Amino acid sequence: MALRSSVTRRTLTLGLNSTMLLPLSRSLQTFSLPDLPYDYGALEPAISGEIMQLHHQKHHQTYITNYNKALEQLHEAIQKGDSSTVVKLQSAIKFNGGGHVNHSIFWKNLAPIREGGGEPPKASLGWAIDTHFGSLESLIQKMNAEGAALQGSGWVWLGVNKELKKLVIETTPNQDPLVTKGPHLVPLLGVDVWEHAYYLQYKNVRPDYLKNIWKVINWKYASEVYEKECA
Amino acid sequence: MAATTSMVTSLTFTIPSLGFRLPTRSYPCVKPQRRFVRKAASNVITATYELKAPPYPLNALEPHMSRETLEYHWGKHHRTYVENLNKQVVGTDLEGLSLEDIIIVTYNKGDILPAFNNAAQAWNHDFFWESMKPGGGGKPSGDLLDLIERDFGSFERFIEEFKSAAATQFGSGWAWLAYKANRIDVENAVNPWPSEKDKKLVIVKSPNAMNPLVWDYFPLLTIDVWEHAYYLDFQNQRPDYISVFMEKLVSWETVNTRLEKAKARAAEREMEEERRRKEEEEGKPTNEEDDDDDLEMYVDNDNDDSEAE
Repeated sequence: MALRSSVTRRTLTLGLNSTMLLPLSRSLQTFSLPDLPYDYGALEPAISGEIMQLHHQKHHQTYITNYNKALEQLHEAIQKGDSSTVVKLQSAIKFNGGGHVNHSIFWKNLAPIREGGGEPPKASLGWAIDTHFGSLESLIQKMNAEGAALQGSGWVWLGVNKELKKLVIETTPNQDPLVTKGPHLVPLLGVDVWEHAYYLQYKNVRPDYLKNIWKVINWKYASEVYEKECA
Repeated sequence: MAATTSMVTSLTFTIPSLGFRLPTRSYPCVKPQRRFVRKAASNVITATYELKAPPYPLNALEPHMSRETLEYHWGKHHRTYVENLNKQVVGTDLEGLSLEDIIIVTYNKGDILPAFNNAAQAWNHDFFWESMKPGGGGKPSGDLLDLIERDFGSFERFIEEFKSAAATQFGSGWAWLAYKANRIDVENAVNPWPSEKDKKLVIVKSPNAMNPLVWDYFPLLTIDVWEHAYYLDFQNQRPDYISVFMEKLVSWETVNTRLEKAKARAAEREMEEERRRKEEEEGKPTNEEDDDDDLEMYVDNDNDDSEAE
């Protein structure tokens, strides 16, 4: 008797709880476009509102859309045990997922001047920069040189090696996140040097874009991340 | 085997002044010839590379590709590649080589040398401007269309594949239609029974400055998918740019001309290799009676005596 009723109860539960019917299918997290903490035009004249809007609403959104799509296909392929497809999807995931990761950091790396954009870093990050690079100007010069020399599309990063507690400057191609250059690297600041990041305003003169972007770099965020990793 | 090794060594040679070895087997036109730039109405021969103008005025591709785009893309980007190339090449062993030769040499079998980027981009852009024309688009005909239908199933399928390659070249780069001539993709291996079917059209995509010359293909058509090629006119809409390029800009006449040249060069190369192979065999004096010997001997006189056992 007791057995039967418990079986019945379990059956009812099974019927009501649909996830039990498909034990492998946990709901897949989908990603969505994060809001910008400032208006599109708020970074002018360093970066035009037109660029900010396209960059956020079109480019970043497309990465997210395609990332979600690739993840869904990956999910299906894993369930079916379709290894060829799992492997085939890796480049789309790296590219679109990387695009989402990188741009999410980038929006936080920027701030309008009246909200602290361009204000030099103080405290521990300021010290670390002076120690490692001599001065903030020297860091900026080095990053700009790397950014200008990057062939094609990519990013230039200020990162911290969280094991060694050391600052690093790195570049990554296409949408490769900083972690592809070293598993202990944490991005503090990324500058997007894809042409879409500056073309409408600066055309082919990438060095001018690099010179001007520092006016709206949000060092507060970079400091927070640095302190968290190097507390 | 003596025959094979000597064949390989005879096909590469060192140009003393260069210090670079140019493998003639892997590239059809490698000769240490100077690239003579003909200046209009001038007899001055210079070894620097000049920015060649597109074969149409800068506004001729409107409304599909704006004058503004041409002004920046050709007038700034392309010009910068050429200027920087000249700066890199002057006074070095590369000076005086043709652009194609510089590309092969600086590609250096993948261990890329500094001038590669500018040289390849200079070449790629020349090739790109010439791939387009005002009132372009439509459909190819004749041999070209036949080959397309043979190698892709149909013209529509070709278009689909080409557009897809162009759209999925992540980051900066190019998509190409190329003529892949008769080879096996194994170093130094030669297809023992070459046939017309081994020569085929392929679609390839390449990142940044890379182009199919370095893979020993004959490029026929290209589309530039660096963002600077389409951003002013299409912003992020790369697929729209690609469609417009295919429907309104492609110069099928140029592609056809290139295909004819490619076929001719492939045939030429085949004959060269045949000739070399025959020379090798004839250069080795063998006795008629010893033809049945399966021991391959290099006998250095025409004596009847052979050391075969």
